Amino acid sequence: MNILVCIKQVPASSKVEVDPVTGVIKRDGASCKMNPYDLYALETAFRIREAAGGTIHVISMGPGQAADVIREAFAMGADGGTLVSDRRFGGADVLATSYTLAQGIRAAGDFDLILCGKQTTDGDTAQVGSEIAEWLGIPSVANVREIREVTDEDLTIAMDLPEEIEIARVQMPCLLAVDKDIFMPRLPSYVRKKAAAGRKIQVLSLDDMEDKDPSHYGLNGSPTQVVRIFPPDVNDEKETWTEPGDIMAAHLTEKLAELKFI
Amino acid sequence: MSEYIYKRLDHDDIDALRQLIGDDSRLLYGESLPEDYSHDELGGVASYPDVVIRAASAREVSDVMKYAWEHSIPVTPRGAGTGLVGSSVAMEHGIMLDTTLMNQILELDEENLTLTVEPGVLLMDLAAFVEERGFFYPPDPGEKSATIGGNISTNAGGMRAVKYGVTRDFVRGLEVVLPDGRILEFGGKVVKNSSGYDLKDLIIGSEGTLGIITKAVLKLLPKPACTISLLVPFPSLQQAIDTVPVIVKSRYIPTAIEFMQRQVIQDAEEYLGKPFPDSSADAYLLLKFDGSSRQEVDAAYAAVADLCLEQGALDVLISDTDEREESIWKARGAFLEAIKGSTTLMDEVDMVVPRSCVNDMVAYLDEVQRLAGLRIKSFGHAGDGNLHAYLLKDELSDEEWEARLKQAMELVYKKARELEGQVSGEHGIGYAKKPYLRQALPEADFELMNGIKAVFDPKNLLNPHKIAQA
Repeated sequence: MNILVCIKQVPASSKVEVDPVTGVIKRDGASCKMNPYDLYALETAFRIREAAGGTIHVISMGPGQAADVIREAFAMGADGGTLVSDRRFGGADVLATSYTLAQGIRAAGDFDLILCGKQTTDGDTAQVGSEIAEWLGIPSVANVREIREVTDEDLTIAMDLPEEIEIARVQMPCLLAVDKDIFMPRLPSYVRKKAAAGRKIQVLSLDDMEDKDPSHYGLNGSPTQVVRIFPPDVNDEKETWTEPGDIMAAHLTEKLAELKFI
Repeated sequence: MSEYIYKRLDHDDIDALRQLIGDDSRLLYGESLPEDYSHDELGGVASYPDVVIRAASAREVSDVMKYAWEHSIPVTPRGAGTGLVGSSVAMEHGIMLDTTLMNQILELDEENLTLTVEPGVLLMDLAAFVEERGFFYPPDPGEKSATIGGNISTNAGGMRAVKYGVTRDFVRGLEVVLPDGRILEFGGKVVKNSSGYDLKDLIIGSEGTLGIITKAVLKLLPKPACTISLLVPFPSLQQAIDTVPVIVKSRYIPTAIEFMQRQVIQDAEEYLGKPFPDSSADAYLLLKFDGSSRQEVDAAYAAVADLCLEQGALDVLISDTDEREESIWKARGAFLEAIKGSTTLMDEVDMVVPRSCVNDMVAYLDEVQRLAGLRIKSFGHAGDGNLHAYLLKDELSDEEWEARLKQAMELVYKKARELEGQVSGEHGIGYAKKPYLRQALPEADFELMNGIKAVFDPKNLLNPHKIAQA
C-alpha cells in the first residue's frame, strides 16, 4: 500500500502570540516543529504499514526550512518526502493551500491512502484535509479515532461524530483525517536520522504542477480576506455540582457518556 | 534527652493557642483533625498530633514556638506531607505546625538572581513562576507537590543533580524560627560567605529538628534556551546501567541520567491511562540535555548518542518538543504513584552509592529480590548514584512482610556500606531509617549530631526521635 501523510511545520511554542497592534502572528523563525496533530497521522501510517505492508511518503508545503519536518518524518520511519515550495505559493488561504497540495500530490505519485492530522496548531481550520480529497475526487473521512480493519481494497474506521461514533468502510484511494490520540506517536530515532541524512527530498515548484496557472496559487488564488487575527479566548470553563450523592452519580454518568468517556 | 518529660496538651493549651492564632479555621484538633496528618506519603510511621496549626506567618510560628517552649510541648513542622521516612510525623504528639498556607513568592530579585519564598510554596508553582520569567531553579525532585520548605529540610536532590547539584547548592539564605521562638536569619543574598560556621547549611537537611524554616532565599540561573531528552532503549538493564559511567566520563554532561524498566513503565501507563511512546525494550536510560542553543545541545547529545550505541543501545530516541517531553517525563514523574498503585503496601530505600558502583547496586537489588522473597521495583537517578528501590508487600501476610522487609533492607544497606555509599540520597532519615543510619555511621558522628541538636534545642521539643536520636 502506498501511504501519503500530509505534514506541516508550525511554531514550536504551543502558545501562539499575536501582536496586539498589527494583528500578525509572532513567529519565532528559529523555533519550529512538526504540527503535533500530524504526528498522529504519521503514527497511523506506521501502524498500517506494520499490519499491511507498503511505503510511507510525506508531503509538506512551506518555505525551504520546512524540509526539517520531512527529515523528522524520515527519523520516525517515513520512506520518502516531497516539499512543495515556491514563492508563488506564499500567502495561500485554505482553498489555495489545499489546491496546491492536491496538485503536489498528483505530481508526487499515486497513493492508495492519504492521511492528515485533525488540524494544525497555527491555522486551526481543520479543512485542508477534506478539501484535498475534494480536489483529488476521492472519498474522505474526518475525525477518525480508530482504524478497525485494513484490506487491499478498503479500510474500516470509527469516526467521532458530535452525538455518536460511526463505523464506516471506505474504499481506497481515500483520505482520512485522524484524531488526536488515535495512537501514541513514536519518537524520532537518532539511528534512522543518521541513516537518512543523505536521502533526497523531492522539491516541487509551480513549474512541476499539472496546472501552471499562477492565479490559482498563493495570495492570488485565495478568496479569503483576513479581517483581523486575534488570540482565541482561553477556555477555562468549570462546572461545579452540589447535589446528593446518588443524583450526582447519575449526573456524572450522563456527563461522561456525553463526553464519550463511557 | 529522651528522658525529657513532655507536657501533654490539654484544653487550656488549646484555648491559649486559639488566642494566639485568632482564626479557628486554622486550628485543627479532635474531630476536625484529618487522618492525613498522622502519617506521611508512605504511611509506615503513624502517630497523631494533638493539634495542627496552619501557620500564616513567621510571627505566628514564633508565637506558637514560644508557647511550646514555655510549656514543654513537642512541635513537629510539616509541609505538604509528601515525605517518605516519617520526618513529618508527630512521634510525641503535641503541636504540628503546618506551613502550607505560607505559600507566597515574596520577591524575584533579578539583579541578584535570587527568589525569596515562604516555605509552603509548592515546587511546581515555584518552577512555573521562575520559568515564565526566563529563570531556572534546577533542583527537580520527582514529587512536584512537595513544598520548598520540605525540599530544604531533606536537602532533596532530584533528576538534574547530575549537572546542577542538589537543593543545598541553591539555598542562599534562610529565616528560621528556633525552638525558643527567636526568629533568625542565616546567610542571605550574598554569593560568597565565609563568616563563621554556616548555620544555614546546618538547617538544610535537618528535617525540622533544629528550627522551622519560615523564609528562604534561593539562587536562580537563567533558563536554558533549549532542552532535549533522549530515551535510550537497551536489550538489558545491565547494559543500560553499564553505560552510565561511560556517559559520566564523557565531556558531555547531561542534566539528568535516569534509568527505568519496562515493568515500571507499564505501571505508569496503567496509572496515567496513557501509553508511553516506546515499548521496544526491557530497559531504558533517559537522558536530558540543556544549553543556550539548539546547535550546542545537538552537538552534546549526538556525542552521547553515539556512545550509547557503541555500548549496545537498540536505538536513541529524541524528544525535542513540549508534547514529546510530556509523554516521557509525565510517566517518569508518575512512577512512585504507579508502583504504589500496583501493590498493597510498600516501603522504600533511597541509598546513594558512588556513581561508578551504580551498576553493582542495581544488579544486587535483583539478587535481594530472590534472597528476601520480596518483589522490588527500582528506578532512579543512575547519573548521581541515588537509587530508589521500592519493596512491595503484595499478598504477603503482615508477619511475612515485616520479616522479609527487614531482611531486604538489611541486605541493601549492607551492600551500600560495602560500596561506600550512604543511607539516604535525598529522602532523609526521619524516623524510619534511623536503625540503618545507626549501622552506617560511627558513634562519633552521632555524638556530634546530637550535640548540635542539644545546642539548638536544649529542651528537645522540635521533632523529637528523628535522625540521630534514639
